[in-house]
Amino acid sequence: MQKPIDNRAWFLVAPVFCLVAFNAMLPLMTVVNYSVQDTFGNNQFFWNGVQWYAELLNPGSEFGGRFYAALGRSFAFSGVILAIEVPLGLMVALSMPKRGAKLAICLILMALPLLLPWNVVGIIWQLYARDNIGLFGWTVNAVGIPFNYTNSAIASWVVVVLMDVWHWTSLIALLCYAGLRSIPDAYYQAAKIDGASRWLVFLRIEFPKLQRVLTIGILLRFMDSFMIYTEPFVVTGGGPGNYTTFLSIDLVKIALGQFDLGKAGAMSIVYTLITLSLCWIFYTAITTRDNQEIAQ
Amino acid sequence: MTLRRFTILLYLVFLVMPLYWLVNLSFKTTFEITTTMTILPQSPTLRNYAFIFTNPQWFGGLLFSIGYVVLNTIISISVALPAAYAFSRYRFLGDKHLFFWLLSNRMAPAAIFALPYFNLYSAVGLFDTMWAVALAHCIFNVPLAVWILEGFMSGVPREIDETAFLDGYSLPSFFVRVFVPLIASGIGVAAFFCFMFSWVELLLARTLTNNRAIPAIMTQAISATGIDWGLLAAAGVLTSIPGALVIWFVRNHIARGFALGRV
Repeated sequence: MQKPIDNRAWFLVAPVFCLVAFNAMLPLMTVVNYSVQDTFGNNQFFWNGVQWYAELLNPGSEFGGRFYAALGRSFAFSGVILAIEVPLGLMVALSMPKRGAKLAICLILMALPLLLPWNVVGIIWQLYARDNIGLFGWTVNAVGIPFNYTNSAIASWVVVVLMDVWHWTSLIALLCYAGLRSIPDAYYQAAKIDGASRWLVFLRIEFPKLQRVLTIGILLRFMDSFMIYTEPFVVTGGGPGNYTTFLSIDLVKIALGQFDLGKAGAMSIVYTLITLSLCWIFYTAITTRDNQEIAQ
Repeated sequence: MTLRRFTILLYLVFLVMPLYWLVNLSFKTTFEITTTMTILPQSPTLRNYAFIFTNPQWFGGLLFSIGYVVLNTIISISVALPAAYAFSRYRFLGDKHLFFWLLSNRMAPAAIFALPYFNLYSAVGLFDTMWAVALAHCIFNVPLAVWILEGFMSGVPREIDETAFLDGYSLPSFFVRVFVPLIASGIGVAAFFCFMFSWVELLLARTLTNNRAIPAIMTQAISATGIDWGLLAAAGVLTSIPGALVIWFVRNHIARGFALGRV
């Protein structure tokens, strides 16, 4: 059934529109304003045209090189954590107990990391992974593998990735678990009668039902990991060197650390455009699937 | 079956270990932490907790944080309800674009907005108040609330609306008396997610106040005295408690909450 067309619905949307516009438009305009100007302090600004953008997008310049490096690290990070969290979350969801006290314990423990303030997550992993006082770092060293995330690039990445897996895999698992619960028992019984193997049950019954929640889970995880700031900042501060300086960490360094407003503005705009276009792809994927379902 | 049990057990151990270590360290003195590696505190001490509780800033910070989180949840839900209804029941000029624009704000990195927000909220005179943080957090919570509620509302058949209108309900009275009770669980889920994302966010909360949010106070008070690992751990434990409490209250609804609606 088609929804009726009624432009008066705008009255219902108006409060949301005003609130979000106040929060999004005005700051965005400020950023655009910064991005085309240069300043030598004292609140005096000079028109700088598209100079910052040109420098930003030129990999040869110092600023551009820095930007592309941080962008690459952000993409690598999002890729790695998605590659770990999605299969792991799926596996956990399939292994969860079906009912009773065990299920309640699972759900509570799994939801706990999601409700921790992000800097506390950083603190927890700092205490857990340090080579001198942390159980994890100490154990790895005791086994004979040198592990110190404050001076080794690999170790710092291991810590940051493990931390994100610890923090967010439960979200994927809970989404998948909810998706699995919505499958009627009759489907499983039919599969049993047909003598389908466990693998076939997963492939033909469970996976199709999970596609939708998985898309949402991937969308949420991609967005949040691509703009991750607090957790790696608390643990590694972007170091050692620049090895864990992701895009948002670099942006805050430039904007609030060096107070280079022009550069930060240009970087923000390009950053926003990248996120926006990627999300458009995800969003279109979700809505197309919805429309197909309705059409069926 | 055993493989499944093994997988879930391993995962739970992976989840619990860092938390256990945090609690363990919080009961040790810094001297013990840096000199020995023990699974349980040798001489358990409450000194770290005592230090935090005797710091008067602490309680104010907790109230402040809870204040802006609750305020933000109320604002987000109350503006999102009518908007979600509009999206789920009507087509109107630019609806699809508006919906995507809203969602795209959920995706905007907070780091981009930190400095402009500081300017904006200083300009309107809200800097260092609960309202500044509560309003700023709306940028990612309102779109999320609209998204979740729209999912729940689309699950309610439109015949109910039409029957109610035939019975003589006006839109506002239908909405409050009939519709809201119908999607009460959806409102609960949306409120839970708003609470969660507002509580865990720190970058904006810290930029818009003079370090008055509770997670900021804890870490700041500690870095002032050099790195005191035991104190840091105790602060971590205490800031985890509100989240744990919320989970305890919604424990029976977590799975259902994820199952219904969109998320």
